[in-house]
Amino acid sequence: MAIFLTKDSRVIVQGMTGSEGMKHTTRMLASGTTVVGGVNPRKAGTSVDFPGGVSVPVFGGVAEAMAATGADVTVIFVPAAFTKAAVVEAVDAKIPLCVVITEGVAVKDTAEFFTYAQNAGTTRIIGPNCPGLISPGQSNAGIIPADISGPGRIGLVSKSGTLTYQMMYELRDFGFSTGVGIGGDPIIGTTHIDCLQAFQDDPDTDAIVMIGEIGGDAEERAAAYIKDHVTKPVVGYVAGFTAPEGKTMGHAGAIVTGSSGTAAAKKEALEAVGVRVGKTPSETAQLMREIMSAR
Amino acid sequence: MDLFEYQARDMFAAHGVPVLDGAIATTPEQARAAAERIGAKSGGVTVVKAQVKTGGRGKAGGVKVARSAAEAGELAGQILGMDIKGHTVKTVMIAQGAKIAEEYYFSVLLDRANRRYLAMCSKEGGMDIEALAVERPEALAKVPVDPIVGIDAAKAREIVDAAGFDEADRATIAEVIAKLWDVYAAEDATLVEVNPLVKTEDGQIVALDGKVSIDGNSDFRHPDHEQYVDHSKTDPLEVLATEKGLNYVKLDGNVGIIGNGAGLVMSTLDVVAYAGEEFVGADGQHPAPANFLDIGGGANAEIMANGLEIIMGDPQVKAIFVNVFGGITACDAVANGIVGAIEMLKQRGETPTLPIVVRLDGNNAVLGRTILDDAEHDIIELVDTMDGAARRVAELAAAAK
Repeated sequence: MAIFLTKDSRVIVQGMTGSEGMKHTTRMLASGTTVVGGVNPRKAGTSVDFPGGVSVPVFGGVAEAMAATGADVTVIFVPAAFTKAAVVEAVDAKIPLCVVITEGVAVKDTAEFFTYAQNAGTTRIIGPNCPGLISPGQSNAGIIPADISGPGRIGLVSKSGTLTYQMMYELRDFGFSTGVGIGGDPIIGTTHIDCLQAFQDDPDTDAIVMIGEIGGDAEERAAAYIKDHVTKPVVGYVAGFTAPEGKTMGHAGAIVTGSSGTAAAKKEALEAVGVRVGKTPSETAQLMREIMSAR
Repeated sequence: MDLFEYQARDMFAAHGVPVLDGAIATTPEQARAAAERIGAKSGGVTVVKAQVKTGGRGKAGGVKVARSAAEAGELAGQILGMDIKGHTVKTVMIAQGAKIAEEYYFSVLLDRANRRYLAMCSKEGGMDIEALAVERPEALAKVPVDPIVGIDAAKAREIVDAAGFDEADRATIAEVIAKLWDVYAAEDATLVEVNPLVKTEDGQIVALDGKVSIDGNSDFRHPDHEQYVDHSKTDPLEVLATEKGLNYVKLDGNVGIIGNGAGLVMSTLDVVAYAGEEFVGADGQHPAPANFLDIGGGANAEIMANGLEIIMGDPQVKAIFVNVFGGITACDAVANGIVGAIEMLKQRGETPTLPIVVRLDGNNAVLGRTILDDAEHDIIELVDTMDGAARRVAELAAAAK
């Protein structure tokens, strides 16, 4: 098994015919993902040929694509201005998993489509502004390079894309059940806690790496959750110890507005519940290596 | 993006929120002229308010009451140029004086933890609201707001009820709150705060101050928000970076940092700062990051070259660390960008001398390293690991003259 995404996942891509959509659909297919369709109302009825002799049909809408292919995951690459409409369409079609890769989505749009999905209760959203998720050797929904690490028994959840890659690379000798990039925006569909809960329940995950960064209090809340609900070993890393207060460092969510939300506060909260926190990505990987080697 | 008070005031007025008359001035003479006109509505009394994007203006002496236009001019002369928490006052607002009966507080903002909005309201405004929230939380009503429903009449009523306003005032205040919600929703704000929201002696509810933050990601549907971009306070290198589409923040140290992805770059700042603690430069300082520069997920050679050009333009930088994990970014493109940037500088007749420590891993890393080796530039040094490279660049920065 894995979390959220398995070898049985059937993936469609909203925005497949755009340049980013084409590039990453090619990569997803190359890493063994079952991509069963694309969505673009203006190109419905056509199909797109990908390297390796795979022809992927294009549908006019998500519901139509699901009916024709049995898709249960959608990956969204449409531009930020159209992302809300794309997610609403996916929620209306009741697709179980909706992965929003698009960056630069207005937070009002995210707040609205997240609330819309919650009200519907049938779609999990991951992102926006995230690299998606990968269950190595099984399926890859998003832009995480599949060749960094193979399958294994570590679960990873991270706000940052490149730190996801870095950590998967550092621990490639052990491999991963699933790596989830949840995104760093102020409002995200799937949180650290959602992933911790899923990894705790996943029989094929032995230990969890959690990567956070400054801003908000998601890591503090994750710490409280770990204390009460997670029995598997968790190792943490928080980026932004030396970031000056009040400066935005790329992710809209990573704004320190006082003592709460600092990397030090997050580290303290995690360590208080028994999570070992590394000072650098390499040191964090080393902590995980010790845990996995002792098993 | 935060707005100045006068910008928030204009935005409030455009959405029908009651505000008092006001005008901005950048010289005492302008302030005097504005006070002449505005004071006529309030018995000659105006308030001169420093326009800075920080709290605590009043305590710092940046808000003063003027009894006459001449006094307004004098006070503006004192306030203009004042430093308030590192912000230089370049503009003052001359606001109409008001006879205040009561001071309230209202805000609506993004509630990240609960992934919706939160309205906060209190009968006790005017003071430090953070202190009120800590000392007497029961005096600050917190009401969740559904992002799809927003603050409709029923929600506005719920907010004024929760805050415990006098029954006689509730309808009027609820009306103003509904208009402030219009500002929040229509302008894609992430914060609208009014402190104080006042009741005047003649019973009017007026927003006497305003803090508004707007979401930069919503610019595509707000071409008019371009006017709020504050070009004056930005570091020249930050302006250049913005022109080149790079995410750059100037910091105080001497190690130039370039990486891909916000998380990795933030992590790189940390690793360099830790490594810097082991070394001391000729100036007695520990090497530390000079900047944050994220070249993004799909960086190519040109973006890399632009990034290096900006870092090399920072006279504080003594050594440069390029830390790239090639996910989508191909390391050979990064390597070509580094080599290209050096060639470009040479063609301009400059001789780049700053050492560049490079760590490349991931997509096409071997090819990238080969390109850098073949280029045989003696200023480029490849190091295998992120921690090792951080130590090396800190050492080089400390050793620099």
